[in-house]
Amino acid sequence: MISLSRQFGLVAALVMGLALTPAAHAAGGGAKLVPSEVNVHDLASLQSGAQLYVNYCIGCHSLNFMRYNRLAADLELSEEMVTNNLMFTDAKFGEPMTNAMTKEAGELFFGKAPPDLSLIGRSRGADWIYNYLINFYQDENGGWNNTILENAAMPHVLWQLQGIQVPVYETHMEGEVEVQKVVSLELAEPGLMSEEEYQSAMRDLTAFLDYVGEPIQLQRKKIGVWVMAFLAFFAFLAFLLKAEYWRDVH
Amino acid sequence: MATSDNSMETNAAETRAEAAMGWIDKRLPVTKFWNDHLAKYYAPKNFNFWYYMGSLAILVLAMQILTGIFLTMQYKPSAAEAFASVEYIMRDVQWGWLVRYMHSTGASFFFIVIYLHMFRAMLYGSYRKPRELVWVFGMIIYLLLMAEAFFGYVLPWGQMSYWGAQVIINLFGAIPMIGEPLTEWIRGDYFISDATVNRFFALHVIALPIAILGLVVLHLTALHETGSNNPDGIEIKENKDANGIPRDGIPFHPYYTVKDLFGAAIFMLIFAFVIFFWPEGGGLFLEHDNFVPADPLVTPTLIKPVWYFTPYYAILKAVPDKLMGVVLMGVSVMILFFLPWLDRSPVRSIRYKGVWYKILLFVFAIAFIRLGMLGMAEGTPAEMLETRFWTFVYFAFFILLFFLSKGGKTKPVPERVTH
Repeated sequence: MISLSRQFGLVAALVMGLALTPAAHAAGGGAKLVPSEVNVHDLASLQSGAQLYVNYCIGCHSLNFMRYNRLAADLELSEEMVTNNLMFTDAKFGEPMTNAMTKEAGELFFGKAPPDLSLIGRSRGADWIYNYLINFYQDENGGWNNTILENAAMPHVLWQLQGIQVPVYETHMEGEVEVQKVVSLELAEPGLMSEEEYQSAMRDLTAFLDYVGEPIQLQRKKIGVWVMAFLAFFAFLAFLLKAEYWRDVH
Repeated sequence: MATSDNSMETNAAETRAEAAMGWIDKRLPVTKFWNDHLAKYYAPKNFNFWYYMGSLAILVLAMQILTGIFLTMQYKPSAAEAFASVEYIMRDVQWGWLVRYMHSTGASFFFIVIYLHMFRAMLYGSYRKPRELVWVFGMIIYLLLMAEAFFGYVLPWGQMSYWGAQVIINLFGAIPMIGEPLTEWIRGDYFISDATVNRFFALHVIALPIAILGLVVLHLTALHETGSNNPDGIEIKENKDANGIPRDGIPFHPYYTVKDLFGAAIFMLIFAFVIFFWPEGGGLFLEHDNFVPADPLVTPTLIKPVWYFTPYYAILKAVPDKLMGVVLMGVSVMILFFLPWLDRSPVRSIRYKGVWYKILLFVFAIAFIRLGMLGMAEGTPAEMLETRFWTFVYFAFFILLFFLSKGGKTKPVPERVTH
C-alpha cells in the first residue's frame, strides 16, 4: 500500500480544484442578491405562487413547457380546482400554459416581447427572480425601473400589492462627471400588502417558478435516496466478493 | 434418487456443454478470445486506485451510447425544434429526465475519468516503451471525445450551445487562406443554423461513436499485446514461473473483474449522487445560460466552453494574437502525443524517479486545474496575467521533462512488484 495516502491526497487536490471553481450564476449586473429562501417542497407555497402567476403574470409571460395537468398532479390539486382557479384561457386540461400574446404584439406593447418563463428558474435561479420581484422602483419620470435589471422593459405589475418604491441616490464624482447611483429603495406609497406579506408572496411566486423550471425536482431526490441505498448495498456485496476472490493473492 | 445418479447427470450435462463449446470454437474462437483477454490475460497484482479508470471509461462509454440511443428517439435535430424537444424529454417523456441527466452528467464524468486515466499514465510512465501506441491510440480517443462532446453540446440549442459553437468554429477561421471557406464548410451555411445542428447531430450519433469504438478496440488490442504497466513501472513478463506465467501476474478474470465491479459500484454511487441531487453541478455540468433558447441576436455576457475544455481555452485567451492563440492551443493538446519520447528517464514510475519528477508533475497538475478555472473566468487583467503564467508553466513541464528525465536522479527499481 505504498504511497496510498499521497495518491488520495492528489485526487483530493484535483477534486478540490473543481469544487473551488467559481460557479458564477448567470445573473448579470453586479447587484448583491439576498437569499430567496424558497422551499419547492412546500405545496401551499407553490399553490399560492401558481395563483399569483395566473393572476398577474401569465397574460404576458407564457409557460409553454408546463402543462396544467402536470401542475395539478404535482401540486396535489384536482382537475376541477385547476380548471376553476388557475385556467383563465380556453386551454384544455392537458395543454401547456400558453397565452394569447404574440411576439409582435409583445414588442409593440413593451419594446421587447415578454419572454416565456418556463425555464427562468434554471437560467437565472431563484435568488435572482426573488430579488427582481422585490426591487422595482418608480423613477423621477414616473416610469418603472429595477435595481436588479437596469432599464428593464417590464412595468411593475404588482405595484398595487407592494406599493410604490422610490430610489435613494448617492452622488459621487467620477473624474469630472457627477454620477448618480441608487443605493437603496424606500416605500413612498404603501400597497395592499405589508412588506412582510409582499416578500412572502414573492417567495411563493419564486418557488413556483423554480418548480416550473424543473418539475421533476419534487420527486428526484426521493427516488435518488433509494437508488443510492441500492448502490451502497451493491457496493458492499461487490466488496465482499472482491475480498473473497482476492484472499489467495499475496 | 441416489447421489451418484445426480453426479452422473451433471457430468453428462458438462460433457454436452463442452461439446457445444467445441463446436462453436471450431468456427468462432470464443474460448480463445475469452482466455486471451480475460481468463488468461495476466495483469500485475499491484494495481491501485488509479487503475479503476480504464474499466470506468468503458462503463461510461457504454452508458453514453445506451442513453444516447434513447435520447435520439425523442430529440429533434432542427434549429426550430431542438430546444423544445429537449424540454419535452425532461418533462413529458417517462423517465426522460433521468436518461437526459445521465447523458449530460455522463459527458462530464467521461472527462473526469479520462483525465484521471491520463494522469495515471503520467504517474507510472504507462506510455513508455513498448506502450507508445497504447498512449497514441488513447490520445486519439481523447481528441475524438473532445469533438464528440463539442458536437453534443450544440444539440440542446441553448444560448451556450450556439455561442460556444460560434467561438469554436471561428477558431478555424484564423487559419490563413482557407480559414473562411473552412468555417463555412463546417457550418454548412454562412452562419450557425439549422444545417449546422442537423450535421452535428449526424456526427455526434454516428460518425464519432463509430470512430471512438474502433479506437477503443485498437487501444485495448495494443495494451493486451504489451501487457499492462503497474504502479512500480516494472515488466512482470520478465519474471515468469515454470509454466510461463508471470509471478506477479493474476488472471484479469476473475480477479480484476470482481475488483472493477466494486470500483464500478462506487463510481455509480458518486454518479447517482450528482444526477439525483446535483444535476447542474453548480452550473459546471449544465450551464445556466443553456436553459435560454439559442438567440443569434443576443450575445451572453460571458461565453465559455464547458469545464473540460477550459484549460485549453485559457491558453487560447492568453495569447493576444488570434492565430497564434489558436496555434498555441493546438500545440498544448498535441504535445501530449509526444510524452512517450519526451520522458527519457531510465525508470517509468514516479515511485523511483526522484523528487524532481514529483514536483514537476504536481506543479503541472496545478497548472492544468488553474488554467481550467481561469478559462471560465471573465478575464480581468489580473486573471490574464495569471493565465499567461500558468500557460508558461504548462509548456515548461514538457521542456523540463525532456531535459531533466535523462540524467535526473532515480532510485533503484525492485525486482518484484510491491504489493
